[in-house]
Amino acid sequence: MIGEIIDWFTNSANWQGEDGVPTRVLQHLGYVLLSLVIATVIAVPIGLYVGHTGRGGVLLVGSGNVIRALPTLGLVTFLFLLFTDSDIAAIIGLVVLAIPPILAGTYAGLQAVDRSVVDAAEGMGMRGGQRLWQIEVPIALPIVLGGVRNAVLQLVATAAVAAYVGLGGLGRYLLDGLAILDYGEVAAGAILTALLAIVLDLVLATVQRALVPRGVRLAEAGAKKEVSA
Amino acid sequence: MSFFDELGQYLSSANNREQIVDTLAEHCYLALLPLVLGIVLAILVGWLGNTWPRARGVILVVSNLVYTVPSLALFVVIPSLIGTKMLDSINVVVALTLYTAALLVRPVLDALDAVPPAVIASATAMGYRPARRFLTVELPLAVPVLAAGVRVASVSNISLVSVGALIGVGGLGVLFTDGFQREYFSPIVVGIALTLVLALVVDLLLVLLRRVLTPWDRAAAPVKEEVPA
Repeated sequence: MIGEIIDWFTNSANWQGEDGVPTRVLQHLGYVLLSLVIATVIAVPIGLYVGHTGRGGVLLVGSGNVIRALPTLGLVTFLFLLFTDSDIAAIIGLVVLAIPPILAGTYAGLQAVDRSVVDAAEGMGMRGGQRLWQIEVPIALPIVLGGVRNAVLQLVATAAVAAYVGLGGLGRYLLDGLAILDYGEVAAGAILTALLAIVLDLVLATVQRALVPRGVRLAEAGAKKEVSA
Repeated sequence: MSFFDELGQYLSSANNREQIVDTLAEHCYLALLPLVLGIVLAILVGWLGNTWPRARGVILVVSNLVYTVPSLALFVVIPSLIGTKMLDSINVVVALTLYTAALLVRPVLDALDAVPPAVIASATAMGYRPARRFLTVELPLAVPVLAAGVRVASVSNISLVSVGALIGVGGLGVLFTDGFQREYFSPIVVGIALTLVLALVVDLLLVLLRRVLTPWDRAAAPVKEEVPA
């Protein structure tokens, strides 16, 4: 088994051309980043609105839970039959699945802001928008980014599954390898997919550390980064 | 032909109905057995981390790492890790057990931390030995925090099982691959709907179970209102 994996990784044919590792990794990364950007543009404003005004919180949590329960494979095959194009179907599916964690993170982040801090800001004469951007968002940032990290893990996993309807990326190694019973290729694909997920998570953890203001970081030290529904 | 005619035709076939019932039963088994096993594993690991604080860091890092591995990648490498056959349903059970445990380890640790030291001291003073104290005092008090995590894990298991269809064991996921190969919407829609219904039913049962397991929550609630802290 180990031998097959080493053979696969040391075979220079697997590093070149359309089916080579660099191309597949970049494709996978491309799908993940594109859907992450689209999902963030949709989910963050809604989460900020609901978290700031407190309106529609129940609806948001409820619909988020329903989407979470949607089976990835079912969604992707359904969208493929609808659009008959693997790229469009997969990107829409990825966006749909990435929205709930980001939405939940943004909403939970704003909810977790201590009301007395917001009251103090209001007492100092800050307007709604100022309170949101200068007080609530910086304090909520660690939890918001926690939601983004969950979304990225979900995206890397789902993009691999979407290879079933013909999407490129690392899922190709998994499914093409299974089809011809080449376990070296399957295992290599699994290792690369897992590595990509871990590296992206580490990168985001670093971004999280860099973006969060120092004062908030000190206050949050020791607190949990988990986002729960 | 409209979609509903197609759906009617699909459901009128006894063969199709039999397939739906069989895959639904398999889906329940593939999602719920790992949920139970995962809870037990998380409690064991949580107990280890609670009684032996030096293991804690390692436990949290490993559980984060497991959770990061994409589902399809985990499904395909498990056979070579534990030596089972590729099409064995054990693979899916093992993979989902690991995910469930990885998701629950942190809530278990947090919940055990939240047990008031005075309660543990009283139990010890009343003559409870560590094992009995853990099972009859600490664990029941951890149920509310644990229950929230279990609900997330059950929804995620029920939706993840279908990915197993790509390695030949997928409960309702088989309806997705079937519908995709035959370019037929009905099995896919039926599969998605049943997955959502199953997730909802199990979630309601878990809420009920939590209420049954924590009778003191309800008994204590009115008292709290009368005696403000």
